[in-house]
Amino acid sequence: MWSIIKLAQGCLLSPKLFFRYSQAMLPVLAVLFIILLSYGLIAGLILAPADYIQGDAFRIIYVHAPCAFLSLFIYAVMAAAAICALVFNLTLAHLVIRHSASLGAGFTLLALITGSIWGKPMWGTWWIWDARLTSELILLFLYTGIILCQSALAQKMRGERAVAILVLIGFIDIPIIHYSVYWWNTLHQGATLKLFAPSSIDSSMIYPLLAMIAAFLLYYAMVLFLRMGHELTAIKANHHWLEKMP
Amino acid sequence: MKLALLHFFAMGGYGGYVFSAYACVLIFLLAQWFIPWRRWQQYLRRQNKLL
Repeated sequence: MWSIIKLAQGCLLSPKLFFRYSQAMLPVLAVLFIILLSYGLIAGLILAPADYIQGDAFRIIYVHAPCAFLSLFIYAVMAAAAICALVFNLTLAHLVIRHSASLGAGFTLLALITGSIWGKPMWGTWWIWDARLTSELILLFLYTGIILCQSALAQKMRGERAVAILVLIGFIDIPIIHYSVYWWNTLHQGATLKLFAPSSIDSSMIYPLLAMIAAFLLYYAMVLFLRMGHELTAIKANHHWLEKMP
Repeated sequence: MKLALLHFFAMGGYGGYVFSAYACVLIFLLAQWFIPWRRWQQYLRRQNKLL
């Protein structure tokens, strides 16, 4: 256990070590992702029974909930990376923020689109200014702002710090999104999966959902490692400003 | 067999909603992987030309 922690610490501090281990992990992540995604799709579309109220439309949950979860999870990872970037000035932390932002924005947009597709047959409308939907839309604007800020700031060294501060300021939206269904009277349903309480979903429906969430998490790790690996190689080849950083 | 397939794609009348949601997600997953991979191939080609 201690050796794993030391290895993780080493990978965080050394881009070279991170590159070596992340690239070695990519095939394993890809295989696990394909297995979990295949199971999630087959079980979600075929094996899981239809909901007694929503019918087969409930199957949208198997793509909507993982996207919504990833939209929050990626922002939390970016906030943790922002702290590391500001406090310890870690090279990798800046890269995590840069390459996570577009992925997070994509998952947030997908959560809104799939939610909207689900909302039409269930609520009778594509969109409503509900607390959960509105706070999720604000998260999409935050991601867009971060991406625009990244591309607009020419002076990279200062620009990266400004982006990290923006990420930390925007973190206030994450608990608002999570608790919006409890704080306000919303049309959106409460949390389906709970950490410290029994889930409100039947066990025959929960396993494909957990598999899809795990598959999406693996996908995020895979694409992030791939992009960071590419950038680290480009840095090494082109004597990028990041090389001068500790 | 044909009837079973039709029944599956109909999804109790929600087929259009269900499959369009799945299609959006799968297209996004493919694009997020494919676009950086293509950029990387272009970068490698540029680097090879420089050598």
